[in-house]
Amino acid sequence: MNTLAAPVGQPLARVDGPLKVTGQARYAAEFGAPGLLHGVVVCSRIARGQVLRIDAREAEALDGVVLVLTHENRPPVASYDKPYQDDDAADGSPFRPLFNDRVLYSGQPLALVVAETRELARHAASLVRIEYRQEPHQTDLLAVREQAHEAPEPPPAPRGDFAGAFAAAPVRVECEYQTPVEHHNPMETHASTVFYQADGGLLVHDKTQGVQNCQRYLEQVFGLQGRIRVLAPFVGGAFGSGLRPQYQLPLAVMAALKLQRSVRVELSRQQMFTFGYRPRSLQRLRLGADRDGRLQALAHQALGQTSRFEDFTEHEVDWSGMLYACDNVQLGYRLAALDVYTPLDMRAPGAAIGVFALECAMDELAYAASVDPLELRLRNYSEVNGNQGKRYSSKELRACYVQGAERFGWAQRPQAPRSLREGNQLIGMGMATGVWEALQMPASARACIDADGRLQVSSATADIGTGTYTAMTQIAAAALGLPMEAVEFRLGDSNLPQAPLEGGSATVSSVGSAVHQACLALRQKLLDAAQQSPASPFTGASLDDVAFANGSMRLKRPPYTALALERIVGVSGALEAEVRVEPGEQRKNWATATHSAVFVEVRVDEELGTVKVSRVVSAVAAGRVVNPQTAGNQIVGGVVWGIGQALHEETLIDHRLGRYMNHNLAEYHLPVQADIPSIEAIFVEEHDSVVNALGSKGVGEIGIVGVAAAVANAVYHATGKRVRELPITLDKLL
Amino acid sequence: MTPFSYHRPEAIDEALALAGPDSRFIAGGTNLLDLMKENLLHPRRLIDINRLPLREITPTPEGGLLIGALVGNAELAWDPRIEARYPLVAKAILAGASPQLRNMASTGGNLLQRTRCYYFYDAQTPCNKREPGSGCPARDGLNRMHAILGASDACVAVHPSDLCVALAALGAQVHTQGPQGKRRIDFADFHRLPDDEPWRDNNLDERELVTAVELPPQGYAGHCAYLKLRDRASYAFALVSVAAALDLDGERIRGARIALGGVAHKPWRLVEAEQLLCGRRAEPAAFAEAAERLLQSAQPLAGNAFKIELARRAIVRALGEAAGGTPR
Repeated sequence: MNTLAAPVGQPLARVDGPLKVTGQARYAAEFGAPGLLHGVVVCSRIARGQVLRIDAREAEALDGVVLVLTHENRPPVASYDKPYQDDDAADGSPFRPLFNDRVLYSGQPLALVVAETRELARHAASLVRIEYRQEPHQTDLLAVREQAHEAPEPPPAPRGDFAGAFAAAPVRVECEYQTPVEHHNPMETHASTVFYQADGGLLVHDKTQGVQNCQRYLEQVFGLQGRIRVLAPFVGGAFGSGLRPQYQLPLAVMAALKLQRSVRVELSRQQMFTFGYRPRSLQRLRLGADRDGRLQALAHQALGQTSRFEDFTEHEVDWSGMLYACDNVQLGYRLAALDVYTPLDMRAPGAAIGVFALECAMDELAYAASVDPLELRLRNYSEVNGNQGKRYSSKELRACYVQGAERFGWAQRPQAPRSLREGNQLIGMGMATGVWEALQMPASARACIDADGRLQVSSATADIGTGTYTAMTQIAAAALGLPMEAVEFRLGDSNLPQAPLEGGSATVSSVGSAVHQACLALRQKLLDAAQQSPASPFTGASLDDVAFANGSMRLKRPPYTALALERIVGVSGALEAEVRVEPGEQRKNWATATHSAVFVEVRVDEELGTVKVSRVVSAVAAGRVVNPQTAGNQIVGGVVWGIGQALHEETLIDHRLGRYMNHNLAEYHLPVQADIPSIEAIFVEEHDSVVNALGSKGVGEIGIVGVAAAVANAVYHATGKRVRELPITLDKLL
Repeated sequence: MTPFSYHRPEAIDEALALAGPDSRFIAGGTNLLDLMKENLLHPRRLIDINRLPLREITPTPEGGLLIGALVGNAELAWDPRIEARYPLVAKAILAGASPQLRNMASTGGNLLQRTRCYYFYDAQTPCNKREPGSGCPARDGLNRMHAILGASDACVAVHPSDLCVALAALGAQVHTQGPQGKRRIDFADFHRLPDDEPWRDNNLDERELVTAVELPPQGYAGHCAYLKLRDRASYAFALVSVAAALDLDGERIRGARIALGGVAHKPWRLVEAEQLLCGRRAEPAAFAEAAERLLQSAQPLAGNAFKIELARRAIVRALGEAAGGTPR
């Protein structure tokens, strides 16, 4: 029988919604206790050098200041790199806060001022004087492009003969694109509240996408094996910023250990610009095609920035080798080290910028070959991931193109740029393809039904606003035929069964599969329990002979007996099943990916250069959609961010100071409501029996991928101007 | 944030007696509190003026309006007299900040907003406005937002207010009261250019309190426009803004007012440019001449040359909109 029936597939409201809108959901900085101390971080003003002296006398003299923690008085920490390498670590030596006197980047934490109130700590922090020995720094990627090195994780190997095919191609496009540094900026700033326990153990509330990742990190760095528990039941957005333990966490722990007291460290908005970010990129695309626009040759070279201590790699050019059919492909990916912090995965890492460049280049090719941009994609459609030489387990991208185009009205679009106008406004329509991996990672879950028939399912995953609580509750309810209200899903506790980092659009696929399997295992236990009673009508029945629905287990053959689950457990007592689910072997023979087609209309003021996105349709193929409402939110949120990527977002750095300068939400421009039009998200039907037992691929990243390219292509269609450097601000269109 | 004492006087004299070099008046606090939290200002005494009797909008004998310094930005923008007679003021206010900020911010406080220069806002960098003599990294650094008019070697910051651009265009007056008594300051003389004292944004004495803003009788209600160009549709400071107002006699221009925001250390107005329009037909060629004249002394920095052309186009557009009748 179908264990993935309703409520799976229903657009249900978030089960945690009432807690959030009534303020009962508590976040990392909202847990308190009498005597809790508050830490405020003092950050470096120079980008490279050495700390000569930290003068904290004035701060320490204040009544209520308990400690000024620096590299000179911190508690002992691990000496080797390995303990610092968390589950999302880049290659190299992870940053160690307050480790020694070296300054590696501007904004580096150099001291933690701990006081009885946050206000006092903040004031005291302003009184800490730091003397530096400054060394020359470099933060400009353009200045070091010749000194780049191969990324430690190389892109897919070349295939065919790019150089020959490109030279011979009758239609060629060659262009360079630039994308800037962007910061995650979730609404909730990073914070850790560390409760020092009577036994010397630590109970930690952290803003994280992986409680067990933080737990292991702390255990290793501080040598506290088995004495750390990390909680994060609610996370106010993260977008990747919570994939690695951020520095406020070890700082809070250091202070707690040193003082043997409970401590909270909360970063300011400005300090949200002092750790990971989306790296700046320079990308060169060369496309060669026949006169009909069929790709003969494709090369995509990317240069990304990284820190001097780690090599951050992301899948930036890989998409160019898998999205379209092309026999001659050459991909390159290099990194250049700067005096900056290491970049960090940020929503659709690699794809958001790599696919931007690819899909803009495809648009340029469409004009070079005089082919409609959508038709060009269809002519180059591929059922195979060329990087791997494997067929896709499912790929309903064609349906995305067709349904998206119809909804948008693409057929009415004239091909020539500058052909639509209304008063001062030039109107343009652009499209792009989106793609993201459909990953699955090992995950565990436990399902427990108590004597009242209530089901509790748990796994140490996270809900960063994506709807994990709701989706998992739906999967569990469907598997056991229970109403949503009878199911509770728990997450965000390192004591719960193992879960991977909540990222990469893999949570439904990984944890959802574990939840599903745990509930199926629990069905067997329920059947076994029912068969224990003498003369049970279920004697001899197997799971195939019973159905779970409406809170009961029912025999599918005469006498069709139905037994309420609470009656079974009323006799047997609580039942429990815990499973660990590995990605299925069948996945190895297939390529797996989500796809989208994004259609955008813009209005550009011809004289003033202002761009307004007026319509967006995003059609997505992501397998089974567990909850169209929360999944739709993901797509719409991704599109909003894609609009921001295209038009607004950029972290500005003063290279002479080596310092980010627009470090607040007034000057770091995210789109606001007035920038956002109606956005329509469509999920096309896609059946997939390979990706996982749910047939579900995840939608966290796909929403943003391709959007910036579709906007840039629409701006070209409106104005005839190609802007190859994001964001497309009005000065670039004057 | 430095600890401070807090006072809430009931009378203006009482407030003035509390004022001094280490004190600050606070009304809405929408800018001051940020500046304090960022360690950019360290007043030791806050004088909360919200109980002072400065909340009225009253007609003046000359036929204008006197706006108390504590009238909130939102309150002012939606006041029926302002909407009907001074729509330029309403439009400028609504082009700025966010509803929440406009609810808190006061008329007097709006005049005293500090620049949004990145360097001014980061206590870890040099800034002549914040720390006299420390230098101006913006002059050769990130200066896309910065001044094209009236800047000095010491400072290239711009004034961030929208309301002030409208007030400059209309020729408002600022009423103040200080130890020396009361005075009125023409709007054009209220804010300063940076010269070699960029830490002084305006000509107020440190013990002087803004008590009201007076609008003259002529509000240009039928033919005005406020055009703000910025990096997103709302909640962003102006790259360039234009307050334009025309007094028309049929198609002929009897009088014109043009003020620019986002281009200088103060709202930028040039009477000669306005006079160029008098007696001319309200048409793009005339507007372009006025724009040319207004921008004649413009000097770009490395990152903001586009502002000159943008301002030119924006002036022509705004005057065109004004000529067509105040946009609704």
